[in-house]
Amino acid sequence: MNDNVSPRLAVRGLAKHFTLHLRGGARLQVLDDTSLDVHAGECVALVGASGRGKSTLMKCLFGSYGADAGTLHFASSSGTVDIAAASPQRMLDLRRRDIAYVSQFLRAVPRVPALDVVAQRLIDADPAPASDDLDDAVHAARLDAARDAARALLGRLRLPPPLWELPPATFSGGEQQRVNIARGFVQPARLLLLDEPTASLDAANRRVVVELIHEAKAQGAAVVGIFHDEEVRDAVADRCVELG
Amino acid sequence: MAEATPLMRVRGLAHRFPAAREERFAVQDADLDLFPGEVVAIVGESGSGKSTLLNCIAGRLTPTRGAVHYRDANDRWLDVHALTERQQRVLARTEWGFVEQNASDGLRLDVSAGANIGERLMGQGERHYGRLRASAERWMQRVELDTGRIDDSPRAFSGGMRQRLQIARNLVTRPRLVLLDEPTSGLDVSVQARLLDLIRTLTTRMHLCALIVTHDLGVARLLAQRTLVMRHGRVVEQGLTDRVLDDPQHPYTQLLVSSVVMP
Repeated sequence: MNDNVSPRLAVRGLAKHFTLHLRGGARLQVLDDTSLDVHAGECVALVGASGRGKSTLMKCLFGSYGADAGTLHFASSSGTVDIAAASPQRMLDLRRRDIAYVSQFLRAVPRVPALDVVAQRLIDADPAPASDDLDDAVHAARLDAARDAARALLGRLRLPPPLWELPPATFSGGEQQRVNIARGFVQPARLLLLDEPTASLDAANRRVVVELIHEAKAQGAAVVGIFHDEEVRDAVADRCVELG
Repeated sequence: MAEATPLMRVRGLAHRFPAAREERFAVQDADLDLFPGEVVAIVGESGSGKSTLLNCIAGRLTPTRGAVHYRDANDRWLDVHALTERQQRVLARTEWGFVEQNASDGLRLDVSAGANIGERLMGQGERHYGRLRASAERWMQRVELDTGRIDDSPRAFSGGMRQRLQIARNLVTRPRLVLLDEPTSGLDVSVQARLLDLIRTLTTRMHLCALIVTHDLGVARLLAQRTLVMRHGRVVEQGLTDRVLDDPQHPYTQLLVSSVVMP
């Protein structure tokens, strides 16, 4: 019963500063005693002027930034874990299955087609057992299934099919962002971190992203997002939390 | 979730070259765990000790202090530097791979490409010509080399082709641990991208553990889940690659990250 009331994510007393050694050790306190609860199926929008630490909080939740103090308790598929204290191995495991992060920028290995940038997320989430290591038929079947899922999502996001087989490096900002969104949503996550997911999208594509967020919430994802687009924010957020 | 068991444990490793002054260590106090299926990068400038550390781990250099323990395919922990030379050679030819920065150091230039790939298999007792040749062809395809060149000497290959041949030669016996020393430096950018994609695909599909020495933070970013930063022989920072590159704590890491055009 307790599962229904205890939050999926509980942030307590999070502090984060940056020491800029190249600028004489200047100290930048970005977060100080930040607390936040997010429940399964809930979407919390972070608001506040820029520089208040919205993206910093997201990166602490993803483990890209270390926390100075505080706890980040997350109910993962394999038990509760404090992200602030998780080992790199544990964090990688969480990222493979439980936590998805959609940023404004896409980073991808050169030469990998957009379709596989998305499909790889599914393969990574459910890696083949080591005994199958180079069994081409098994791998091919898995890859086919993952690519089908990727095609369906890229289609929904209206990325032109001729682009699917091309590496995204030469795509426009909006096209890259849709690849990024597809990568973030293709594997259902328990915690979805969205940093301006609609920043360079047109109205029609924004609506698709709003739908995807609604579907993720309905499947029980806890969502933390930064949405400068108020229309999108109003459509998806259950509440806003002001930082700073 | 149970924590995974490492494949390799490096503890308190130090190395001083015989000619060096008493206090001049090439590597000092290095601690490192490697886990199955992960790619780990060691970054740092020339002379930081990264290749020396790699060679100590590979058993090619004997550390002045410290130990390297490896968990073999039979789940036994081996003290790498307590093994006989013969035992080390067997390990290096079966469960480990080593990709040299300079491909010609890792290849036999006087025999054909096919024979280069077949050598480790023959070392494990495979003598059947047809099977050796079929393996060589399959591996040439995997690393995207034209199988029509199977009988050519690697002397006739370009730098990028040689590097791919070296990778095939190492991976044909499906090692569990591959050590790579600057595998992409000196290659054209397009060849480098191709090689990175290949290394990424093979490590994911074979669940290899790869330790890759590179001075290129972009290579670390794209390939490695974890990164160690070395300076003056010491590991000054280590962790998740994106954490090390996006939230660097050590002044030297901050300098490295701020010095590249696109980290």
